[in-house]
Amino acid sequence: MAVLTFEKTLGAHPFFKDLLPIHLDTVVGCAANVVFPAGEFIFREDQPADRFFVVRHGKAAVEIFAPGRGPVTIDTVEEGEVLGWSWLFPPYMAHFDVRALTLVRALSLDGACLRAKCEKDPALGYELMKRFNQVVVQRLEATRMQLLDLYGNGRG
Amino acid sequence: MATAAVETADGPGRATDPLRPEPFVVKQVTKEAGDTFTLALVPAAGGRFRRFAPGQFNMLYVFGVGEVPISISGDPARPELLVHTIRAVGTTTRALQKLGKGDQVGVRGPFGTAWPVDEAHGQDVLIVAGGIGLAPLRPALYHVLLHRGLYGRVVLLYGARTPKDILYARELRDWRSRFDLDVEVTVDRATMEWQGAVGVVTKLVTRAPLDPASALAFICGPEVMIRFAAMALQGRGVPDRRLFVSMERNMKCAVGICGHCQFGRHFVCKDGPVFRYDAIHPFFGMREV
Repeated sequence: MAVLTFEKTLGAHPFFKDLLPIHLDTVVGCAANVVFPAGEFIFREDQPADRFFVVRHGKAAVEIFAPGRGPVTIDTVEEGEVLGWSWLFPPYMAHFDVRALTLVRALSLDGACLRAKCEKDPALGYELMKRFNQVVVQRLEATRMQLLDLYGNGRG
Repeated sequence: MATAAVETADGPGRATDPLRPEPFVVKQVTKEAGDTFTLALVPAAGGRFRRFAPGQFNMLYVFGVGEVPISISGDPARPELLVHTIRAVGTTTRALQKLGKGDQVGVRGPFGTAWPVDEAHGQDVLIVAGGIGLAPLRPALYHVLLHRGLYGRVVLLYGARTPKDILYARELRDWRSRFDLDVEVTVDRATMEWQGAVGVVTKLVTRAPLDPASALAFICGPEVMIRFAAMALQGRGVPDRRLFVSMERNMKCAVGICGHCQFGRHFVCKDGPVFRYDAIHPFFGMREV
């Protein structure tokens, strides 16, 4: 029953849209439901990034700790978004802290499990790589816009 | 000499000299955020107020200093109070910042094109604002909310630099509490105290409740933001003809004579500042226009 729910949930998610049923089955096999109370860390910087998440409910902050300034939020991730790509790229370590701002319900996908399956099935690996690269590109564009400091006064 | 037909308190059609500033008096100064402030002006004794359309701008003249184009940010249904939200970034705007209650300022206008609030009747309205770009959009939102029944879903997406830079914070809270308006605010960076969204405003566009076939989008902010917001809306399936943007250029005469604000074949002061996106899209991203 739970597997059916995962299939429906992941199959309906834009990130997994039009994924071949056989590939979706593989992804579903690595999925689990998780809940993070507000304030709990979902990722810690420099800790192994062995999972990624499809956020179903709530909001999480992507933070970096700046000495003298404390944690600075650089992005937030909300319902419908995919959180985490470090599981796909060596050294498979989280580069930022991610903290639940509210109660977060998510589907957790086992990165180590999926990497092994991608190695065995390059078509699945390529498909996931394309989709995660799209996420990375969107984040990169957003970061560049933030770096431009568009709303600043131009005097730094 | 060029003249403009301006609707005044006494009715439409009074011919005025659009190149001659008329004296107004500062009635109220409100510090908004950082170097941004709002001036509420009323006509000097014997003067008349002028009706304006959402999106239009005035030329504000600080006597002996200079003149700058500033969008009207007040309520079009209350034209007796001329409201401008201004960011102090140059000589004249810094002089405006120093004005206090009772000080005089010269006003020419209103000038330019307006947000197509009538064309949007029966349709969804998506308002996308970045930074001080919320100011020229606020009159459109006032109008839409005053005539709420004439519109479908109304969504406001607003991006600011930090939580401290959010304009009209009290009004935003009021708007968020309404059941007939979706308001999403994001900031480019924040500390832990901020519980709202962090990220660029274009990210809000990608998840906004929106029917591409029946939505008109009004966009105002820095040009790069406008370009990326338009791209995000195109990605959602909203055609260019349904996107409207407000452009900022160095307006001087404000009546299409001097050419300072030329943008391609358009004069922003006369043909804009509000343009349909497909009319100016080719000029976006050009190094020199």
